[in-house]
Amino acid sequence: MSALKEKQRDDSHSSIPDEWFRPKEKNIDEAESVVRPSLSYWEDAWRRLRQNKLAMAGFVFLILLAVMAVIGPWISPYTVSEASLADQNQPPSLNHWFGTDELGRDVFTRTWYGARISLFVGLMAALIDFFIGVVYGGISGYKGGRTDNVLMRIIEILYGLPYLLVVILLLVVMGPSLLTIIIALTVTGWVGMARIVRGQVLQLKHNEFVMASQSFGAKTKRIIRKNLLPNTMGPIIVQMTLTVPTAIFAEAFLSFLGLGIQSPYASWGVMANDALGVILSGDWWRLFFPAFFISATMFAFNVLGDGLQDALDPRLRR
Amino acid sequence: MLNKILEIHNLHISFKTFGGEVQAVRGVNLDLYEGETLAIVGESGCGKSVTASSIMRLIPTPPGQIKEGSILFKGQDMTKCSDKKMRGIRGVDISMIFQDPMTALNPTLTVGDQLTEGLRQHRRVTKKEADAQAVDMLNLVGIPNPDERMKQYPYQFSGGMRQRIVIAMALICEPELLIADEPTTALDVTIQAQILQLFNKIQKETGVSIILITHDLGVVAKVADRIAVMYAGKVVETGTRREIFYEPQHPYTKGLLHSVPRLDQKGEKLIPIDGTPPDLFSPPEGCPFTARCPAAMEVCSRIYPYSTVRSETHEVDCWLQDERAEKYSATIQS
Amino acid sequence: MVTYILKRLVYMIVTVFIIATLTFFLMNLIPGSPFNEERTTNAAVQQNLEEHYHLNEPLAVQYILYLKSIITLDFGPSIKQPTETVNSLLGRGFPISAELGIWTVLIALVSGVALGVFAALKHNHLIDYMAMTIAVLGISIPNFVLATMLIQQLAVQLEWLPAATWSSPAHMVLPVLALATGPMAIIARLTRSSMLETLTQDYIKTARAKGLSPYKVVVKHALKNALMPVVTIMGTLLAGILTGTFVIEKIFAIPGMGKYFVEGINQRDYPVIMGTTVFYSAFLVFMLFLVDIAYGFLDPRIKLHKEGGSS
Repeated sequence: MSALKEKQRDDSHSSIPDEWFRPKEKNIDEAESVVRPSLSYWEDAWRRLRQNKLAMAGFVFLILLAVMAVIGPWISPYTVSEASLADQNQPPSLNHWFGTDELGRDVFTRTWYGARISLFVGLMAALIDFFIGVVYGGISGYKGGRTDNVLMRIIEILYGLPYLLVVILLLVVMGPSLLTIIIALTVTGWVGMARIVRGQVLQLKHNEFVMASQSFGAKTKRIIRKNLLPNTMGPIIVQMTLTVPTAIFAEAFLSFLGLGIQSPYASWGVMANDALGVILSGDWWRLFFPAFFISATMFAFNVLGDGLQDALDPRLRR
Repeated sequence: MLNKILEIHNLHISFKTFGGEVQAVRGVNLDLYEGETLAIVGESGCGKSVTASSIMRLIPTPPGQIKEGSILFKGQDMTKCSDKKMRGIRGVDISMIFQDPMTALNPTLTVGDQLTEGLRQHRRVTKKEADAQAVDMLNLVGIPNPDERMKQYPYQFSGGMRQRIVIAMALICEPELLIADEPTTALDVTIQAQILQLFNKIQKETGVSIILITHDLGVVAKVADRIAVMYAGKVVETGTRREIFYEPQHPYTKGLLHSVPRLDQKGEKLIPIDGTPPDLFSPPEGCPFTARCPAAMEVCSRIYPYSTVRSETHEVDCWLQDERAEKYSATIQS
Repeated sequence: MVTYILKRLVYMIVTVFIIATLTFFLMNLIPGSPFNEERTTNAAVQQNLEEHYHLNEPLAVQYILYLKSIITLDFGPSIKQPTETVNSLLGRGFPISAELGIWTVLIALVSGVALGVFAALKHNHLIDYMAMTIAVLGISIPNFVLATMLIQQLAVQLEWLPAATWSSPAHMVLPVLALATGPMAIIARLTRSSMLETLTQDYIKTARAKGLSPYKVVVKHALKNALMPVVTIMGTLLAGILTGTFVIEKIFAIPGMGKYFVEGINQRDYPVIMGTTVFYSAFLVFMLFLVDIAYGFLDPRIKLHKEGGSS
């Protein structure tokens, strides 16, 4: 066959030393050693998350934000509600890095105070959603059958309720405060998490590799730790990461309706809402700082969530 | 001898991934004659599907890229064709069938629509003519009530029926070459046999040349005229069906044959091939099968063997064919 | 398909019923009842309230009569404005809010889908990264922040467009832009990822192997399948747009339904809050119902199946 010509024997092949043709000792280990070193699920996920620069930037931003939320109000000489008639509506300066508002309160201090509120609301909402969702979705998926059917019908109806309208209604009744905002956000907020947990449990319950582990006589605990947890946690972690910005947005949104954290405490939403009346007069800093931090925080959580989604997806493992 | 319809020459294909460049196909040479069925056999990941997809330039680019070599279809180099010209060849001169009939049909379009759209794209036919031709095709592949079935959606068909539709779809423009990528793997055994019979029937009636990609030697035994065995991106042995099944030369081919049950050799033990194929991120320098080869020699891990021509149709890349290796094996046996 | 529609219809009615019930009992939980005399401003209002809510009857009877008034679309009087009823506020506000909403949905859908498809086709190119970074920004910037930024830049600084009210097409540009950016970004991202997934499907390979033009492969074979997830989240997006109108109408001083709702909340005008909430919910649930039907038509398994079935 002409196509194969250049593959055929040539002089270089003739000059190969004869002893190279001695049969080799068969070494099974060598055959197996070709496989690449295996990384654990989390190591692999972390490696891939680190490669995602945008997600890592978001992660670093959030850490810095958390640090500033703790020490920010503390390093500032002003308190969150300290009004000073002499310092009304000051633009950013050495004394007031982020300027002051119409009561002469320091925007820098209030911004970090607002970070505390926003992060707290966001994290609490994510945690509570997580606990309710895991219990509800876990039971639904694990029990299956009629229990699952009933629990899922309930979810389907709750899912149809307009989220923010229910939150507004609850806050009108309970009156706005940090506690009631978190309650209102989680009353129907856990539904999405429950759905995801149920889906994961269902999918894994019947999965072949779980059956395989069982047939090898693996203990239930080991099955859960080695097989169920890593594969289930991915989507749950992603959902939690994406709940936080939703909650932060909701809190800020409620502030615009007069249902946010009440004065003298500050949240970013309240600060932005208060600043609405003065943007026409050019006091840009009043709006800029809270608006910037709401957006940046939501952006950071969103890109981190996306990054986690890619990093934790077992289908993308390579 | 018959005319060559397809000549693949020193084909190299790589895929860029996050982990580096995977050299999926590393210097493949293949010929296909008019009216024959060539089976490409090998484990998953050996490059057989990539080779087949590249004939119609259907590998996703990027990340995939034809690095080197040529693919001559009736003398025309597919690697140098313009996209537009390529579209005129796809479905008309060359057709392709994919592995899973459950996913090869678009769930939101009717079967009739999917059958006729190729025809209407490439030939000047009215809808009525196209429909009539599609009904003929469905008859040919053995679908009952074709008129009614044309209006239905894929989910209303069983797996075997869908694969028949996929085959009808591939044949509707009367191609000269049909590439079937694992066409029976996703099907039940009884359905598999029916589909293979269908392939034989179609070839008899239309004279189409077929490239059949499979890892299943049972399938090969039923339909292939010639067989190419691929391992780690290279064709390690080619021969007629008889040559490969009765005089296999490459240890990998022998290993493949030993690992499937055969009815004609009673009492033979099934022997699996130990180990796994090499990592194609950094393929070994010598013969890629060395690490798993029961007869490996020093030279195997250093230099890739040259091709030994055993007959007009039988070629093998293996150092055991070298007279120096025979010398040693003779001393061992004595 | 008919069973499918009926099933969705039942869900719709149940959901509206639950919201109405929830609203009624939550309002009655407010210490000292929301309708007692201290909260109302004058006798005429008190008269209206008693007439509508039958405050002298026991709670159960009140509840039945309340449900009846909702079925007849009578949402009761306002506490703060004796001459107004919730219905009269809705009648004035709804057409304006609807106009804002329709434009928002249209622009978000068209530009979101276009952006998503474009990014998917240019996967991993610079254009893809840019489009998706813009999309994440669009999701991350809350609509009220975007609204104020737009007012400050385009209305106050550059004076290109009017900053407030709702009297000409030019007035509509900024509010629609502020409201549509978020949903558009969500649609773009979803379209992209679902398009990318669809493009790896075997039936796309098959379509390409038939020699169809890239345009036909994308529009005929990929897009319809890729848009299914977009249709599924339209319900959530519509809810977001609807609640978004509250804030946007407040910021742009648009006399829509959202503005009355927010005023109602600020003044604790409970009948207005109750009536508007129920109306909003019913409207939204109806929209979800329409979305479900649209989905049914896209998916042949639902369209043709006699028993219906959701999967």
